[in-house]
Amino acid sequence: MSTMSAPMAEPRGVWSLPYRGKVGMASLIFAESAIFTIFVVAYLFYMGKSLTGPTPREVLETPIFYTVCLLSSSLTVHFAARFLHLGRRGAFLSLWILTIALGGTFLYGTAQEWHRLIYEHGLTISTNLFGTTYYSLVGLHASHVAAGLVMLSIVLLFGLAGRVGPEQSARVEVLSLYWHFVDAVWVVVFTVVYLLGR
Amino acid sequence: MSSDVMTIQSAAASGRPWTEVLHEWITTVDHKRLGILYILYALVFLLIAGFEATIIRIQLMRPHNDFVSPQVFNRMFTMHGTTMIFFVAIPVLFGFANYLVPLMIGARDMAFPRLNAFSFWLTALGGFLLYFSLLGGNGLYGAGNAPDVAWWAYAPLTSRAFSPGHSTDYWTIALLVSGFGSIGTAINLIATILCMRCPGMTLNRMPLLAWLNLIMAGMVILAISPLTAAQVMLSVDRYLGGHFFDTQAGGSATLWMHFFWIFGHPEVYVLVIPAFAFASEIIPVFSRKPIFGYPVMVGATACIGFLSLSVWAHHMFTIGMNSYANSFFAITTMAVGVPTGIKIFNWLGTMWGGKIQFRTPMLFCMGFLFQFLIAGLTGIMLGAAPFNWQLSGSYFVVAHFHYVIVGGILFALFGAFYYWYPKIIGRMLNEGLGKLHFWLFLIGFHLTFDVMHFPGILGMPRRIYTYEPGRGWDTMNFLVSVGAFVQGIATLVFVVNLVISYFKGAKAGNDPWDAWTLEWSVSSPPPTYNFASVPTVASRRPLWDLKHPEDPDSRYE
Repeated sequence: MSTMSAPMAEPRGVWSLPYRGKVGMASLIFAESAIFTIFVVAYLFYMGKSLTGPTPREVLETPIFYTVCLLSSSLTVHFAARFLHLGRRGAFLSLWILTIALGGTFLYGTAQEWHRLIYEHGLTISTNLFGTTYYSLVGLHASHVAAGLVMLSIVLLFGLAGRVGPEQSARVEVLSLYWHFVDAVWVVVFTVVYLLGR
Repeated sequence: MSSDVMTIQSAAASGRPWTEVLHEWITTVDHKRLGILYILYALVFLLIAGFEATIIRIQLMRPHNDFVSPQVFNRMFTMHGTTMIFFVAIPVLFGFANYLVPLMIGARDMAFPRLNAFSFWLTALGGFLLYFSLLGGNGLYGAGNAPDVAWWAYAPLTSRAFSPGHSTDYWTIALLVSGFGSIGTAINLIATILCMRCPGMTLNRMPLLAWLNLIMAGMVILAISPLTAAQVMLSVDRYLGGHFFDTQAGGSATLWMHFFWIFGHPEVYVLVIPAFAFASEIIPVFSRKPIFGYPVMVGATACIGFLSLSVWAHHMFTIGMNSYANSFFAITTMAVGVPTGIKIFNWLGTMWGGKIQFRTPMLFCMGFLFQFLIAGLTGIMLGAAPFNWQLSGSYFVVAHFHYVIVGGILFALFGAFYYWYPKIIGRMLNEGLGKLHFWLFLIGFHLTFDVMHFPGILGMPRRIYTYEPGRGWDTMNFLVSVGAFVQGIATLVFVVNLVISYFKGAKAGNDPWDAWTLEWSVSSPPPTYNFASVPTVASRRPLWDLKHPEDPDSRYE
């Protein structure tokens, strides 16, 4: 039985709705933004309220090189998705690898910075309010970079196995949306921690 | 409508080993089965949390009572609040949304079925963790205990110094885990409603239930995420020695309050908007009229959602904010009354001049309308900062928010059970038992929560485990407790009705209420695939069009 035998006229034109992957990812990005907002607010609220040292001015250095790496990976992932859409797999794969390399470099930068702060300045998450808010905000972002790198690498493995073609470009674009979000958050974190916070 | 072909018994379990049936339910990704799992899960916790409320009321029945110790009393109100909000209200509303939204918009499943199952099992794990604290709260030291920091867990109560052991950690992790589940379901609902509608189902033709759940899902994303962030911070404090809420190291207890209430107040609307959705579907059907003011209903709900994000600090008037903050939050709080009033008038406008049928779902919705109005009025009273200074932290507040949650949300929810049970199970709920349930619950509710306002005005603080005799609270507390028992009995009548009607209820058929939305076009219970062929709609009431081809709605919309 046709449940609705539609006595009325069919809707004219093609019935088209947004792609669920994109809508789902956009919703996730809203949720993540709310989480980051709370951590950013906590960082701003506790700025300069630490009772003991070290202070951000004494120990933080602006990570310009690593920031450039992360932000430019947004461009590479965008063009990688574009090339995949056009069916140019070679260009897609090389830009994809470049994206992972840039993201990995950024993560290495964060690791370096943390190593320096812990071993040279004795700043840990329990040292003072600066340590608590700094490690949790930057760490939250770094964990998102790491999660993104895992997902990018899974796509890379499938790509190397020859399983990623233009028919997957919509899904790849959903992933690139996430990566853009991770980069955009870094702009906020960078501004708060390294520009306002010092 | 020849439905015989469609009556595929999805639960044709007879003759199969029970392990196979169980395996099927545990591994299911079907939105209808997950909806049922959500609802059953919530009903179990409803009984548990109701039992805890009963313990609280026995203890407070007379002055100087020693039914439970102060420590147990603290655990009881903490577990009661946390369970009712996170493991009853949210799951049961998500259950209905899961079950109904795809059917109502003509879809065969949710947008992400596996995410749907994942979210449910996360929520289930959350509830399990909360109650596992009864065993593991003290870790390896011996018998455990439950969290006792109240449902909002203000700092510094949650610091290591004041909450040794693991009970607070179970509370934190339970909320964190179930929060991820809620966010997953919210994302799923948004994607389903925006991307899975059947041809012709424009946003302007969606049933109000789908619209309101879309707004609810958006609010879950904006409200639960801050709570998740705050729980992570609390865990950092407790396990890694962080100082977010540690006042000794310059941290702020007030910041936790802000973060909690940025979640806590929108949460009320997360719960009440689905209740609005049930009322918006049930009242028109039993008034035999289309909903009055459809676009205004959507607009008013969106407005409530928006406003509710800027009212949280009205929970914090007594902490000593400056006068600008007090005025801002008082004004925004009262402003919520405007769109809410619009909605109440629209429901009344729907009933006005209709041929009202006083069936059980409609009775519960009318109770909802009346009680939600009163709850809103005491809400406006508490929204006035000076009045709040006097009564914050008293039983007046407890009476107010139980009026919202029990008198408003739970009544609409019971209406939804009576209305959609025939669709979900295929059999009608018993009408006589239903009316008994309604009247008993109504009497018990008013006895408890009308009376509860007065000890609050007379100065009885909340969360005290006992009180001195002769302060004028004794009789009232006794009446409140009696009302709680009446509500408990009414709830048992409801559970009995659910069970008896499952076996003995009259067959429902496809469309027992002569309703207008798409879920009533398929068999009861619906087949796994929902629709044999994807329907096409041309108006807000597709079944009306089908039943009245000579005068379809689509001619006027």
